[in-house]
Amino acid sequence: MLAVDKENFEAEVLQHQGIVVVDFWSQKCEPCKAIMPEVEELATKYESKAKFCKLDTGGNRRLAISQKVLGLPTIVFYKDGEKVAEFSKEFSMEEVENKLQELI
Amino acid sequence: MGIYDLLIIGGGPAGLAAGIYGARARLKTVILEKGSPGGQAATTEELENYPGFPGGTTGPGLMKAMAEHARDFGADIKKEEVVDINLSGETKVVVTKSGTEYRARALVLASGAHPRSLNIKGEKDFIGKGVSYCATCDADFFEDLDVVVVGSGDAAVEEAIYLTKFASKVSMIVIHDQGILDCNKLSAERAFSNPKIHWIWSSVLEEVKGDGIVEKVAIKNLKTGKLSEIETNGVFFFVGTVPNTGFLQDEVVLDEKGYIITNERMETSAPGVYAVGDARVKYLRQVVTAAADGAVAAVAAERYLAEEEFLKKQVLDFAGVVITVFWSPMNEDSIAAVACLEKVVQELGDNIKLVKIDVSRSEMTNKRYHVTSIPAVLFFVNGEVVARSSGEITASDVKEQIEALNKYTRGLSHC
Repeated sequence: MLAVDKENFEAEVLQHQGIVVVDFWSQKCEPCKAIMPEVEELATKYESKAKFCKLDTGGNRRLAISQKVLGLPTIVFYKDGEKVAEFSKEFSMEEVENKLQELI
Repeated sequence: MGIYDLLIIGGGPAGLAAGIYGARARLKTVILEKGSPGGQAATTEELENYPGFPGGTTGPGLMKAMAEHARDFGADIKKEEVVDINLSGETKVVVTKSGTEYRARALVLASGAHPRSLNIKGEKDFIGKGVSYCATCDADFFEDLDVVVVGSGDAAVEEAIYLTKFASKVSMIVIHDQGILDCNKLSAERAFSNPKIHWIWSSVLEEVKGDGIVEKVAIKNLKTGKLSEIETNGVFFFVGTVPNTGFLQDEVVLDEKGYIITNERMETSAPGVYAVGDARVKYLRQVVTAAADGAVAAVAAERYLAEEEFLKKQVLDFAGVVITVFWSPMNEDSIAAVACLEKVVQELGDNIKLVKIDVSRSEMTNKRYHVTSIPAVLFFVNGEVVARSSGEITASDVKEQIEALNKYTRGLSHC
């Protein structure tokens, strides 16, 4: 998974043609760390079909808020740079995978 | 994967403490946790009153240490979400979302609780967009911004104080009259003297509003009935918790709110099944009481398992007549009964076995076989009680009984 931040978010996510999945997380967020391995698994499974990124909101707070993300964990789907779906707080990896399959 | 001695559902402080005690007692122990170990305690940054940490410690830090401690003693922590349990068989079956079936001889239910939601208008829509139940997770989004906290208990007031490290203003919406909080005194004093905390008394939250993210909230004053709006960037709810006991169905007895009912040994209504921590009915829900519950349950489970094993090996699985005598070294009559029976069994020899059961260490067995006074003698054949006597035990009575049983068992083998 590609780590994105305020420097490269525009180029890697918003300018990307196709599906990008961004996992918003932070060092302090235990639930985020709990789901990270499953997100990594999805990233490997769908490697050729979607781009997976992770964004540490520590130090990238304004960027997260600009994406209307004010809570963790949150996973946002972008298609050709447009936000098309998102999951926040209580969600299962199954829901995330189903949404991904729907989009690709 | 075989049968576990002790299966613990939930990896918060209660489950981890049960794991530490269970694994250290050499029980084959597994902890099933759907997320990462730590439970709700891992979402509390500051723990000021966990004994042994003057100056405080952190929730995530303490929980990480507890998980490591449990693993060190040999407890296995697996990432699994339990969806069903079945207690009807000899071993207890636990089914997880991944489709795996675990089997265990004793269970500890440590499934915890989750923050209650008020289900007010807009609350669900703005989760992750400014509505939060976890200050540790989300506080830093609100650096130099304004937030609202709903609630007035320990969690609400302490998390509000934590939030003032980030937010420029924290408005507390309290349902009670001015000056009345449900939290401990120390936290109340600190909150009252914190210049960043503003108080909105006698009020409830009516609605969360915004365009994509939280922008304002509507508040109703209960005394005047008046609605007002204030601008804010975040809303934190700390209005109590709800037990995670839905998966239990009717397998153990719950109270009307869904909390598991236990006695002081953490025993539930089902034999060999214990409940600990926030999921059970209790007076004080804290990390320290959760850990204490875990210790009690693991020790109770260990004794239960030892008793079960003893009973099975010594009494139920023996081919022949087993005379069990329930006694206590503190009771003269029962000591005399034991002496008498030892003599009788020596005379009768081979196919008869005497098992002494000290009632002070065999509560489960006493209960199962309804032994309420000693001395009591129970005769077992093929694992079943076929006769019993209590009060004064005489050699001739016992011999007569054995004679009758021998005829009975010979009769059985002939047909």
